[in-house]
Amino acid sequence: MASDSFPLPGSIALTPPHEISKTWLEVVHDWVSTVDHKRIGLMYIGYALLFLVVGGVEATLMRIQLVHPRATFISPQVFNRLFTMHGTTMIFFVAMPVVFGFGNYLVPLMIGARDMAFPRLNAFSFWMTAFGGLLLYFSFVGGDGLYGAGSAPDVGWFAYAPLTATAFSRGHSTDYWALSLLVSGVGSIGGAVNFIATILSTRCPGMTLGKMPLLAWMNFVMAGLVLAALGPLTAAQVMLMIDRYLGGHFFDTQAGGSAVIWMHFFWIFGHPEVYILVIPAFAFVSEIVPVFSRKAIFGYPAMVAATVAIGFVSLSVWAHHMFTVGMPSYGNAFFVLTTMVVGIPTGIKIFNWLATMWGGKIRFAVAMMFCIGFLFQFLIAGLTGIMLAAAPFNWQLSASYFVVAHFHYVIVGGILFALFGAFYYWFPKMTGRMLDETLGKWHFWLFLIGFHLTFDSMHIPGLLGMPRRIYTYEPGRGWEIWNLICTIGVLFQGLGVLVFVFNMIRSYYGGTPAGNDPWDAWTLEWSTSSPPPAYNFAKIPAVRSRRPLWDLKHPEDPDWKYE
Amino acid sequence: MSATPLAIAETPWTLPSKGRVGILSLIAAESAIFSIFVVAYLYYLGKSLAGPTPRQVLEVPIFDTICLLSSSITIHLALGALHKAKTGLFSAWWFATLALGAIFLVGTGRDWYRLIYREGFTIHTNLAGTTYYSLVGLHASHVTVGLVGLIIVMLLALAGKVRQEDAERCEVFSYYWHFVDAVWVVVFTVVYIIGR
Repeated sequence: MASDSFPLPGSIALTPPHEISKTWLEVVHDWVSTVDHKRIGLMYIGYALLFLVVGGVEATLMRIQLVHPRATFISPQVFNRLFTMHGTTMIFFVAMPVVFGFGNYLVPLMIGARDMAFPRLNAFSFWMTAFGGLLLYFSFVGGDGLYGAGSAPDVGWFAYAPLTATAFSRGHSTDYWALSLLVSGVGSIGGAVNFIATILSTRCPGMTLGKMPLLAWMNFVMAGLVLAALGPLTAAQVMLMIDRYLGGHFFDTQAGGSAVIWMHFFWIFGHPEVYILVIPAFAFVSEIVPVFSRKAIFGYPAMVAATVAIGFVSLSVWAHHMFTVGMPSYGNAFFVLTTMVVGIPTGIKIFNWLATMWGGKIRFAVAMMFCIGFLFQFLIAGLTGIMLAAAPFNWQLSASYFVVAHFHYVIVGGILFALFGAFYYWFPKMTGRMLDETLGKWHFWLFLIGFHLTFDSMHIPGLLGMPRRIYTYEPGRGWEIWNLICTIGVLFQGLGVLVFVFNMIRSYYGGTPAGNDPWDAWTLEWSTSSPPPAYNFAKIPAVRSRRPLWDLKHPEDPDWKYE
Repeated sequence: MSATPLAIAETPWTLPSKGRVGILSLIAAESAIFSIFVVAYLYYLGKSLAGPTPRQVLEVPIFDTICLLSSSITIHLALGALHKAKTGLFSAWWFATLALGAIFLVGTGRDWYRLIYREGFTIHTNLAGTTYYSLVGLHASHVTVGLVGLIIVMLLALAGKVRQEDAERCEVFSYYWHFVDAVWVVVFTVVYIIGR
């Protein structure tokens, strides 16, 4: 395992920092005023986990309501609020912060930098995102101006016009929704600017773009997509606010405005957003799979090219969310084609990961198990995606539970599984303690079983005609058994998450000490201590290949001779 | 195993300046925002259900446009002076930029006053009003932010704090200002040439 040249010569200051005991107020002050990319990254991640639980509770309430026909567990109004809040929370205040958090924590460490390019902008971006989430949830008390407490946005996470017009969406809940996305969007753009400047301008000597870890490459492409996609969302929210507050007519169909143009503007953001979330998931898998297969990544240049290709193509697929609106046939054909094309670079990636595992000495640690789960489930998610990309098929199943099952397969089966893998892989670096592998296996199997019970069975009521967003349904349509299985699956997923949270808390206080390099890995973050010191590297490293730690551990057979 | 150095970093290692990369990224994001407003403007041309039309009320702001576009030249000259450490000349050109930007903003304000109080053309009047005030207002808000930046640098220059080594920072700011000017070329074309 770790050789005696660890930590890297000169990478850690020799004198350990002496511990100063702090009052809790000083600790809070430290965290609130920090500009350290690692602390900001951890705050992003902690914030996202908090909202993951909130969004999960919302989903659970909806699943209880749908467990049998004509249930009266929650009212239709509350159901509308729950699916709106669940979608908005999970996308903007769980998935976005968590990928930004891991990126923040890992990118500077992996490229041998001391911090992000703009540390204060970084803190600003985090607090804007945090404030956005606060605004969204404040709508529960503020949505009706306090005396109608219990109000929240109920227009769906894509908030189609004209439902959001003042005539149909009274009170302020929709305003809180729009403002919270506006504010967190500003935070995301700030974060993306920072990622790009960090990756282009602060790499350590020798780390050319072709030697950069894939995680840094993929975060770079993700940041580029944020720049392209968050702007349209911000613009659309500004237009919505102009309509609601200044009496504008952008989406006011009675004054000649168009409801369809809101759909276009929202999905110009909304589809790249899927890739903003999934590309960092690819990044985790691309780092974890090679380490646990004991092989270098297969087809590094192809991986980079495929990522960039996905980035570009994903900007021109948005209207596949709108086949049922009634576009001209050449419009339909264009978006069918581009959507199918995006499957090609994604397929290249899946083959590359498989080829990396092929012939490797695979270690089935929990991180790797989650990545293998990701591979299977993301493939199936991609296949239903190709089905839905065919316009005639889409006309039949648009806005049905089949679509809900498809995108949960992407987000839960793909992104969340890769994310759990990332937690097991980098938790030792972040805290200095290993996550418990036995509890991790419980987490994996409970969550895997729960995931498949819920989301496999969700496809079928969709095929049988069950529309999304209905708060209840009539008996006798063949939907009952599937909905029941769906809800049972939620129980397993909830248990899995509880095991995970318990594991994190227990391991944080009493886990096995991790050491600097518990996985015998090859990228620079493992060359410094766990957790890394505030300055990351006492001496800025210099690299000659994509696997600098391999070169260090195997001076007789270094990578740079072959790359 | 002996501690081998990771690399013999003899080759010079230069990377792009983070300020330039940062501002160009911001400009990319801003371009995305503006393009959505431009698309909305073009899409809604002639779709208003009630008058007045842009042709009836809008007047082409030739003088303001000349002022704003020439401020790109003056900020460029200011930077040229700063690169040669001529701080006095820098302050003069910087002030000219500030003044030209302010003239533009005042011109927009006067134009809006005329439209609102004499022509009765507001953001609420019709789709033309909604899209006009949104697009021009978004640009004007960027000019305002630019003016705030210009004023801060001006005050620092008057206090003698802007020196030759700050040239790159001022240059990074000037990219933003050039962007605001370039956007005006687009807005002018869309609103006053195509849309009128």
